Amino acid sequence: MTEDHAPCIPVTKPRFSATFDPGTISEIQRAAATGIYDIRGGGAKRKVPNFDDLLFLGASVSRYPLEGYRERCGTEVTLGTRFAKNPIQLKTPVTIAGMSFGSLSANAKEALGRGATIMGTSTTTGDGGMTPEERGHSQTLIYQYLPSRYGMNLADLRRADAIEIVVGQGAKPGGGGMLLGQKITARVAQMRNLPEGIDQRSACRHPDWTGPDDLEIKILELRELTGWEKPIYVKIGASRPYYDVALAVKAGADVVVLDGMQGGTAATQDVFIEHVGIPLLAAIRPAVQSLQDMGMHRKVQLIVSGGIRSGADVAKALALGADAVAIGTAALIALGDNAPELEAEYNRLGTTAGAYDDWHEGRDPAGITTQDPTLSARLDPVKAGRRLANYLAVLTLEAQTIARACGKSHVHNLEPEDLVALTMEAAAMAQVPLAGTNWIPGRNI
Amino acid sequence: MSAVHKTTEDAVIFDLAAEELRSLNAALQALGGKTNRTAWTIVNPRGAHAIAVGVTAPVAITIEGHAGYYCAGMNDGAFVTINGNAGTGLAENMMSGTVHVKGDASQSAGATAHGGLLIIDGNAAARCGISMKGVDIVVKGNAGHMSAFMAQSGNLVICGDAGEALGDSLYEARLFVKGAVKSLGADCEGKEMTAEDKEILSALLQKAGCHETPEEFTRYGSARTLYHFHVDNAGAY
Ligand SMILES: Cc1cc2nc3c(=O)[nH]c(=O)nc-3n(C[C@H](O)[C@H](O)[C@H](O)COP(=O)(O)O)c2cc1C
Repeated sequence: MTEDHAPCIPVTKPRFSATFDPGTISEIQRAAATGIYDIRGGGAKRKVPNFDDLLFLGASVSRYPLEGYRERCGTEVTLGTRFAKNPIQLKTPVTIAGMSFGSLSANAKEALGRGATIMGTSTTTGDGGMTPEERGHSQTLIYQYLPSRYGMNLADLRRADAIEIVVGQGAKPGGGGMLLGQKITARVAQMRNLPEGIDQRSACRHPDWTGPDDLEIKILELRELTGWEKPIYVKIGASRPYYDVALAVKAGADVVVLDGMQGGTAATQDVFIEHVGIPLLAAIRPAVQSLQDMGMHRKVQLIVSGGIRSGADVAKALALGADAVAIGTAALIALGDNAPELEAEYNRLGTTAGAYDDWHEGRDPAGITTQDPTLSARLDPVKAGRRLANYLAVLTLEAQTIARACGKSHVHNLEPEDLVALTMEAAAMAQVPLAGTNWIPGRNI
Repeated sequence: MSAVHKTTEDAVIFDLAAEELRSLNAALQALGGKTNRTAWTIVNPRGAHAIAVGVTAPVAITIEGHAGYYCAGMNDGAFVTINGNAGTGLAENMMSGTVHVKGDASQSAGATAHGGLLIIDGNAAARCGISMKGVDIVVKGNAGHMSAFMAQSGNLVICGDAGEALGDSLYEARLFVKGAVKSLGADCEGKEMTAEDKEILSALLQKAGCHETPEEFTRYGSARTLYHFHVDNAGAY
């Protein structure tokens, strides 16, 4: 046979396994080379059912809409009306989630305060205590009460506008934290009463209370310490929201903060971020049901977080029964995190703009998740605060736009009835009908 | 305030059986540094929680009976004496001042406290001095398991025995134990008693009214092997 007559055999294209995909393979290789799990910042990166699987119906003949730019659609929210003498009044239902000084630079904390204050919303301290920068620039500041109690002191407790007892975080329900030595500068160390440069463990349990009965007494103490003035929030990572919300309310919480598995973190094991906890979409209805079963819906306010990106997400969270939302990752992006202008620097760190998540390493070229003075100085807190305010304004306007389209004069009037789901999973989790049907999985059977 | 009986110019008796906890704490928290009402006696505490929390004036407060959880929590300058036992979280997160319980203290006594002196005449239950951040604690009796867990700084003196896992994951706090230690926690080790240690210990023993001498104690501290996460230490966690 001559060459000309050789049969044409097609070449098999290299084919990647769906099970052993390139990401999985590189993780196995990394694990084999280092013997240590991967730690990173950010939230779950895998796809989980989320708000994109929900749609608003909008008004037509059977409902009528409100006029955009003309008819009022309220966005204000009051939090902590149950026991506190001074509830929190916000102009928008979008708050800034707790992110520690230590994980974030002082300039970033200041920028968060500035942006939130321009828009009339609150910001929150984090594991590591309250800095003068954030207190000074935040009109409404929520002071986190965490297991580590780093920097916890009476004067700051009394300077705060509300107190948030952190039981858990969506990125790691049941987990503590670790701030690696690179980020423990003299100032961070001093605020935490620890030596400079060593890794710092944040405990996963509170040191002086364990179960819900103790929590009730802890809340009493915090109220007694602050003259029953300040709302007490209890923050939980979404895992068993029905029972956790019930117990937080029984313990006396004014506000429950519910953080879904997509929620960001400063530094946690990837395996924890991706495999523990449930998505926010799946957590809101059981939480609201729990409040309703106790006759406490709208009496104890519910703030939800974990992957909130747009005004549509805000509107969907409110329609499912939340009173407000909190944002972490999106706020950092608004400040300048993962900006494309820094592409060359991200490349030097072995990543690319949009994928940078080594927030625990302290080498953030945007000057946000770092304690390096040179890098931190790159973030102008006034300009970054302005960007955050702009972004918060857009979230608010978008939520209002949707609410008006659904005929609501306040964003809180949005309701599950305004929603349908695109997938069966989302329909089951959000307990709204699959689009075009009246079928809610688990109901009308 | 009907239940506040002024007995003399500076002494006040407050009856918790007749008046609310809220009015007690409000009255104590309102005291300024220059108040002349410097001696408070609280009668009928009946195990109430959060008694005398967050007091910032250097006044003397005596509780005649047992106190519940978080007694003298976040104390910042007051001298609190409990003629009885105290519940969980005695003097938790104390900033400064002195808290002295004549009986026993339940778990997490002195948890996360930043400063001041906590004296426990009786025994302390589990987790005494957990996450302590600068406080001095003297336990005249025994201390329970996991005492000084993740203790960051300050001094814990135990005149009796210590339970299991003493000083687990310890940072820079100094521990002094006279009696037996059931077991040491991860990264906690016996250390040589330096001259500085002796000075600190003898001053604390004196302040707490103990007759022991520093020579009778063993000093424990952090081996500092867990200060930087390393995979070879994974077995210790
Ligand atoms: C950099 C960073 C630091 C954080 N630090 C804390 C913290 O100290 N305490 C806490 O309760 N949650 C902390 N969180 C979680 C946020 O409060 C919030 O739950 C989460 O970011 C919400 O999800 P999102 O990032 O998708 O908006 C942190 C998140 C980030 C991104």
